[in-house]
Amino acid sequence: MNVLVCAKRVPDTETRIRIAEGGAEIDRTGVKHVLSPYDEFALEAALQLVEGAGGGKVAVATFGGEDAKETLRSALALGAHEAVLLKGEPTMDGWATAQVLAAGIKEWEAGAGDERPALLLFGVKAVDDDQQQVGPMVAELLGRPCATAVAEMELGDGVVTCKRAVEGGRERVEMDLPAAATITKGRYEPRYASLRGIMAAKRKPLVEKDAPVVPCGLVVEALEHPSARPEGRIVGEGPSAAPELVRLLREEAKVL
Amino acid sequence: MTTHVLAVAELKAGRVAGVSKEVATAARALADGLGGSASAVVTGPPGTAAEAGVEALADHGTERVRVFESEALAPGRVGVHAAVVAEHVADAGCRAVVFPATTAGKDLAPRVAAKLKRPLLTDATELEVVDGEIVATRPVFAGKALAKVRPVGAPALVSIRPNVFAPSVRQATAAVETVDAEAVNAERALSADDGYRVQGFEAAEGAALDVAEAAVVVSGGRGLKGPEHWGLLEDLRDALGETAALGASRAVVDAGWRPHAEQVGQTGKTVTPKLYFALGISGAIQHLAGMRTSGVVVAVNRDADAPIFGVADYGIVGDVFEVAPALAEAVRRLREGDS
Repeated sequence: MNVLVCAKRVPDTETRIRIAEGGAEIDRTGVKHVLSPYDEFALEAALQLVEGAGGGKVAVATFGGEDAKETLRSALALGAHEAVLLKGEPTMDGWATAQVLAAGIKEWEAGAGDERPALLLFGVKAVDDDQQQVGPMVAELLGRPCATAVAEMELGDGVVTCKRAVEGGRERVEMDLPAAATITKGRYEPRYASLRGIMAAKRKPLVEKDAPVVPCGLVVEALEHPSARPEGRIVGEGPSAAPELVRLLREEAKVL
Repeated sequence: MTTHVLAVAELKAGRVAGVSKEVATAARALADGLGGSASAVVTGPPGTAAEAGVEALADHGTERVRVFESEALAPGRVGVHAAVVAEHVADAGCRAVVFPATTAGKDLAPRVAAKLKRPLLTDATELEVVDGEIVATRPVFAGKALAKVRPVGAPALVSIRPNVFAPSVRQATAAVETVDAEAVNAERALSADDGYRVQGFEAAEGAALDVAEAAVVVSGGRGLKGPEHWGLLEDLRDALGETAALGASRAVVDAGWRPHAEQVGQTGKTVTPKLYFALGISGAIQHLAGMRTSGVVVAVNRDADAPIFGVADYGIVGDVFEVAPALAEAVRRLREGDS
């Protein structure tokens, strides 16, 4: 049982975003980058499924620049067995990214023979562009079923059962393998890298390939900071201020 | 180039969901900007055209509503819905297609986009037509920045964030047309097993309305001191009515007090309600990112210097254990006065 996780390097969520000169990109100087938090859930899910199946490998793939190697090494340190870097410059266009990943996965699988991954996992979204689309697009390109926003999974005989986090509860979906899924926060709480894991990561295989060049279909014309919210006011202190606040919500803000 | 704009409506419990009116409104506005026409598409099981209230879409300016029906278009069979919508987009010759950026919409739209081999822009908060080109504004980094994005070529596929495009009423005499989806997709049986089988649904307690789609959000943070005190928030939510939902800060979700589905912020949901209550939330940067596009923000915190007051329109400095019940009481009084 092998699993391939597609992951992305993103600015840490604590980052204050600065806009770079030119106004269409963020300034990445001094910004700490991490494995996107939802991709960490996907990686954890992959590790648990492979451990539970009593054998197999977890591979992790990313589309990114030279610096994405650091992110891949951190995934190897957590327990992934091998990593693939598709070298190129991702944009906000998730369809372009999906084409790059699908092409890379096809090529990689062609050389993998019986080792072909039964599951492709993704984070439900990357916390930078927040487009929430690459997983199901890759699945469409590869002709596999795909469940999105999966909080937990069980492997069965030739199938995987997923619990999807949907409005008002969990939807249970069974898919034939090979399949794809995008993972959200649920059962899979990411582990921490051990020192041994970090040392071992340095010796694990990290394959680099040039990504095919796919035209970008979404042009970012400008990036702006959201307008500052107008100065608010403290209505009062303690519970006695509540009626006045509610009156303002009705009469001034007109939202009640 | 065609100037037709298509609104993809969403059904919720067999009825046209409220967000579909926003989608129709956004499609109409784009069509006006392009000097074209707008229509809506609905996909569902037999009886949808008669029972889902699809006529409502006409009130928001879509001139024609096409309803594809088939037993295979059961709720949850997302691949089948995507196939039918994609085929309709291709047949209709659209300049743009508008989806709702709801949980279901975000599941559907990428599959339609991949089938059409087109890029997809998720979660637009503004749509404009500039010199015949569509330009969308969308939050990135969970709202820490806004990107102006131009999709290249046609059709431009966009999903819109719920609660942002206020539905505007525009009477049109819409023709509702029911189409047997099986007949259109003659090449491949829609009912064929696509390796994806919906087996059931487990309802979560009291979470009927998704926090990302609610018009009013009551969020709690560490100031509540423990999950056993959430009754205070539930009471305020109930007082505010059925369009209100509960939210939570990352700290309380990480602590296991509340489910992740309620988390507001960069690793949770970005919300745009008309009214947002932050109770006992100090206002970490990633939480502020997720709620700063709310209409009106109310903050209650003991600490007058808490960052949450920097984004609040109205604040009360005080103990949430005392202020929350007082707010619920004041809202109930107000509502009683109305009736």
